Amino acid sequence: MTDQSVNAAATEMELYGALKDKEPPKEPRSQWRDVWDQFKKHKGALIGGGFLLFITLFVLVGPYIWQIDPKKLDIRNKDLRPIYTLLWDGDARTLWSRPFGTDNLGRDIMATLIAGGRASMAVGWMAMVLSLVIGTAVGVFAGYFKRLDGILMRLTDLFLSLPILPLLLVAVTLFRQPLRAALGPEGGMFILIVGVIGLTSWMPTARIVRGEILALKEREFILAARSIGTTSSAIIRRHLLPNVVSPIMVSATLGLAVAIITESALSFLGVGFPSDFPTWGKLLSDAVPRMTEFPERVMLPGILISLTVLSVNYLGDGLRDALDPRIRGR
Amino acid sequence: MLTFTIRRLVLSIPTLLFISLVIFMLLQLAPGDPMAQVPLTVPPEVKQKMREALGLGAPVHVQYWKWLVQFFWIEPQVLIDHWFGTALSEGKLRVISWQTRSPVMDIVMQRMPQTLWVVGMSYVVGILIALPIGIYSAYRQYSVFDQVGTFVSMIGFSVPPFFSGVVVIVLFSVQLGWFPSIYDTTHVVTDWDSFVIQFKQMIMPVMVLALQTTAQISRFMRASMLDNLNQDYVRTARAKGLRESAVVLVHVLRNSMIPVITVIALGIPGIFGGAIITETLFKVNGIGQLLLTALFANDLPMVMTLTFIFAILIVLFNLIADVLYGVLDPRIRYD
Repeated sequence: MTDQSVNAAATEMELYGALKDKEPPKEPRSQWRDVWDQFKKHKGALIGGGFLLFITLFVLVGPYIWQIDPKKLDIRNKDLRPIYTLLWDGDARTLWSRPFGTDNLGRDIMATLIAGGRASMAVGWMAMVLSLVIGTAVGVFAGYFKRLDGILMRLTDLFLSLPILPLLLVAVTLFRQPLRAALGPEGGMFILIVGVIGLTSWMPTARIVRGEILALKEREFILAARSIGTTSSAIIRRHLLPNVVSPIMVSATLGLAVAIITESALSFLGVGFPSDFPTWGKLLSDAVPRMTEFPERVMLPGILISLTVLSVNYLGDGLRDALDPRIRGR
Repeated sequence: MLTFTIRRLVLSIPTLLFISLVIFMLLQLAPGDPMAQVPLTVPPEVKQKMREALGLGAPVHVQYWKWLVQFFWIEPQVLIDHWFGTALSEGKLRVISWQTRSPVMDIVMQRMPQTLWVVGMSYVVGILIALPIGIYSAYRQYSVFDQVGTFVSMIGFSVPPFFSGVVVIVLFSVQLGWFPSIYDTTHVVTDWDSFVIQFKQMIMPVMVLALQTTAQISRFMRASMLDNLNQDYVRTARAKGLRESAVVLVHVLRNSMIPVITVIALGIPGIFGGAIITETLFKVNGIGQLLLTALFANDLPMVMTLTFIFAILIVLFNLIADVLYGVLDPRIRYD
């Protein structure tokens, strides 16, 4: 009898042996771990993300390390060239304490670049966040509530057919004075530029989010949530929003790039911040009249804008690949 | 298809009306007095009369209605008069610029050729460069050409035109002296030499604008080709023994062009907006530059009309893109 039972146990072992894992079980992997592994494969995105981090730290920490006041005039040391011009021109006026030279009023270019970067990045981030908030809200409401869908999407279409750059120019030129009077020259301009860029760039996000929500809404887990009596707001917060994070992140990177370029373009066309408040676009456009004598004053801010936007675009590319589960793992 | 086109055309009228209302209200809210430039010696009551003569005394809805009538009813009549020599618009009030006191549309018509010439040329050049790059980099995916092409298009995507424009001016007109940095719109092409001058002055603004177009379109072309290259019909075409060139350039290309053509149509209004910067940079006196000067001079009728023209372009090309999509792709049916 015991013999039989041992035999039975042995055959049972043989039967289930095939189903047993050949190797020790692996640690369970979280979604973000997978995302990071896929992201690492995209070299451009990795470099882009690294550069964006570097430039953000550069403008955030820069003023504490490079303690020259960007607004301080130093007429004696005006029009200094960057020290690297010594490589081909031994007679150039340079000063080792001014590595990137000074402008026509003797302001240190390194310090103005840091201050300008602060303004440009702040405008870029704020405008991006604003447009994301509006876009996500419109997208979620249009996708979730059927009654709002028609009117919100018509509104999105209308905004998409507005001529954006001309309207931005109009809004900034015409509302410059009252906002400056109300909130001070720099604060007023900041709010105005962030506001107009945010208000005119939320449409792509809204469309993408709406599409995702429409598909998610029909899934079983939403039905389950509703059947146990979850309120609409809780469904949106707990179940829908976490599932649309990836498209929102991708459109966030695109939004950041667009916002930085738009701010620079406005400054370049002469409707941006006041003249003593440096941004990268403003530094570039101020330097254009004398670009033949001092090309570095055009090149440095221009290169910074371009590199930042380039790195953000690469970051977006990498994020799109990493966050898409169909591409991930291939 | 025809019913769809007609329905879209009819639907675009309220859209345009709404956009014109938005622009009009934005300009109404704006502070700024057209009498700001008038000498201080002019007494206030005379100024008030001048303001009323400009139509500023009337209530907002009357002003808006008058602008609508002038733009949609009287200006087309002027156009018909111009073409057929009739006298429909005789004695009727047109949209008048506060800056020059002449009809806005006349100035726009003077400036339009320069913009169309530079912008149109750059778009055509950009597309002609972009299509072969997109096709070849998709066909040889992950090759050196593809890597370089993707990188260059990413740069073209990221470098703003006001920087690339400045760089080419420094490089080619200051350092090398090959091309003039200012676009001379009074230049007339009569013979070979003047054509060379025209060619030289056009090359920089056209290439700066074309860089952006190329970057966008080649990315789309590559993605669209990649989608189609793995389809079953491609394998069938190869199995039939078709030449590789026929497979790629006839079968795959024709199918991949469908989304690309709509992107090309959708990009046309955008390039007019981008031309504002390029025109400022190269001193082309087109409509972008006209809008900018009108804004700084507080010339509201001019700003209103120009912005609205941009809006018409966007709505029109959205419509064209939608209709083209249906015409080109028989799988898509709107009705």
